[in-house]
Amino acid sequence: MARSVSTRRKLFFTVAAWSVALLIFFPVLWTILTSFKTEASAVASPPELLGADWTLQNYSDVWARSDYPRFFLNSVIISIGSTVLGLLIAIPAAWSMAFVPGNKTKDLLMWMLSTKMMPAAAVLIPMYLIFQKTGLFDTRTGLVLALMLMNLPVIIWMLYTYFKEIPGEILEAARMDGASLKNEVLYILTPMAIPGIASTMLLNIILAWNEAFWTITLTTINAAPLSAFIASFSAPQGLFYAKLSAASTMAIAPILIMGWFGQKQLVRGLTFGAVK
Amino acid sequence: MNMTLRALLGATAMLTLAGLASAETTITVATVNNGDMVRMQGLMDDFYAKNPDIKVEWVTLEENVLRQNVTTDIATGGGQYDVMTIGTYEVPIWGKQGWLASLNDLPADYDVDDILPAIRGGLTVDGNLLAAPFYGESSMVMYRKDLMDAAGLKMPDAPTWADIEKAAAAMTDKSKEQYGICLRGKAGWGENMAFLTAMSNSFGARWFDENWVPQFDQPEWKATLDFYLNLMTQYGPPGASNNGFNENLTLFQQGKCGMWIDATVAASFVTGKDSTVADKVGFALAPDNGLGKRGNWLWAWSLAIPTSSQKQDAAKTFINWATNKDYLALVASKEGWANVPPGTRTSLYANAEYAKVPFAKMTIDSINSADPTKPTVKPVPYVGVQFVAIPEFAGMGTSVGELFSAALAGQSTADDALAAAQALVTDEMTSAGYIK
Repeated sequence: MARSVSTRRKLFFTVAAWSVALLIFFPVLWTILTSFKTEASAVASPPELLGADWTLQNYSDVWARSDYPRFFLNSVIISIGSTVLGLLIAIPAAWSMAFVPGNKTKDLLMWMLSTKMMPAAAVLIPMYLIFQKTGLFDTRTGLVLALMLMNLPVIIWMLYTYFKEIPGEILEAARMDGASLKNEVLYILTPMAIPGIASTMLLNIILAWNEAFWTITLTTINAAPLSAFIASFSAPQGLFYAKLSAASTMAIAPILIMGWFGQKQLVRGLTFGAVK
Repeated sequence: MNMTLRALLGATAMLTLAGLASAETTITVATVNNGDMVRMQGLMDDFYAKNPDIKVEWVTLEENVLRQNVTTDIATGGGQYDVMTIGTYEVPIWGKQGWLASLNDLPADYDVDDILPAIRGGLTVDGNLLAAPFYGESSMVMYRKDLMDAAGLKMPDAPTWADIEKAAAAMTDKSKEQYGICLRGKAGWGENMAFLTAMSNSFGARWFDENWVPQFDQPEWKATLDFYLNLMTQYGPPGASNNGFNENLTLFQQGKCGMWIDATVAASFVTGKDSTVADKVGFALAPDNGLGKRGNWLWAWSLAIPTSSQKQDAAKTFINWATNKDYLALVASKEGWANVPPGTRTSLYANAEYAKVPFAKMTIDSINSADPTKPTVKPVPYVGVQFVAIPEFAGMGTSVGELFSAALAGQSTADDALAAAQALVTDEMTSAGYIK
């Protein structure tokens, strides 16, 4: 009896999980399908699936009209650059907060998180002016800095949560054996936290890759990443959904594949410390 | 001369040549993604052949993103763009701020007098042409000739709103998903409010009186909104409060609309290859109510140079090429007359070949019948047919558009929407200092 209930529950949760997963993935799936339809077929009502006019024309049009490799390269450099720089700052910060907390550490963590709640548009003009005056506008360096600062609270929070799970006694033992602070962080803490750092890195790359407000506002030509590439295919007048879908598919494909391969790390990092 | 000296001289000559070759000016052009602009990007070989020393970099963005980016850039004097694609709403506002360079010194062969007077007037501030029109548009009625024939009706070339209502009733058959009329309902100053403001002109309504006092509490606005809501509720498609240009275009192309009143540029889409009703479409002027004003708007996407640009000469050379009569001839030779950017030059409409394009006459008649300086029946203190050319309008227009869109969705009545609009606009105008 107990076994039957357990199987039924398992089946129920499996079906529920698949339904939710499909629901979440459906917009992406529909975008991919639409990218292979003609413009007329893309907007057909009722929506067409089996009877749709399939074509590869959208991809060849999008490729011909835009310099995709340049946008792609910018996205890679900006997302990896901002992540690596963020980790270099966040690892020592999270270490100090996790292992030598002060009276205000919790407040500091909350304050850092609160900066994520500020609407980006509120600082549009100051950011724009700073970037212009410092020569950072439309540069990869500028975007690496901007995205690093934007995602730093998330990186620090994730690493802090992960570091908190590492027993302080291990670090203490290393210290007693004569390890310097640098050696303690570099050779004891970091190797132990590699899974957490990897998942943080993965999530941050995804966040930086998908960021659209600043990457479109603070660039024109040289540093424009794939978010700007997508934006160039939306049209105020005329049918554009199929081409826009093709551009979107080309933009999300790399990060989708990376996320697929790294999903175990990602889930582990996001749920770490959630259940004790 | 020994070998070393020769080599050095040769290297110097090569470096000099390389230096000359690299004395190229690169200009950045910000633009929207539409058919005419994409076509221009495909014809750049002609520009480069004539101007080998200028390179053009394109920043193509969605309309609202483009507006935000170029506004931020020009307001901060950023100088990131050398040529901006802007609309007739921005030109007078930015012109008064001194943000746009004058184009009065374009070469004589540019023939500035050839630009359509209505369009040119909207792009000129204090005698300075501040933007060159790339394409212009008005609005008109596009209707299904076959459905009108089946209903035993004939669409006049210059219909009244009563004609439109009668035709809409006759062509509606909801059981076949066939709706008499499709109009914009999606909220936005450039969406439903572009249509409703233009429509209100033909009902004698206005946004403000001569003292900038909002007029939504006047009977003309009530007549406009009541008529629109009744028309759309009875004969419009379901979910019309979410429909903008592209949604209505899709419905019309799929044969679900008897009529569609929208931008004249839509004519090439509804008669194009993606349309299932391409050979059944007729055109008429936007309707009136016998008050001397039609419900059509006037808009032009134009190319302008911000004063913050460091490369104004090269930018002017590009604008001259892109909006010159020769460019229209170039497009015609490569892609046919139907694909020439419409609504900018008188000479285009005098061309016998272009006159054969089915929507050419109705487009020029629509453009000519719009007057941005006298948009409605009563006098107004502002310029603009479907907008009010003041900086506050974009925000107010969108807020009022949301109220009217909610009324179309059945979430409020016309009276409630108008009362809320009156209160909202009065507050905004008082805060902005227009109302003392």
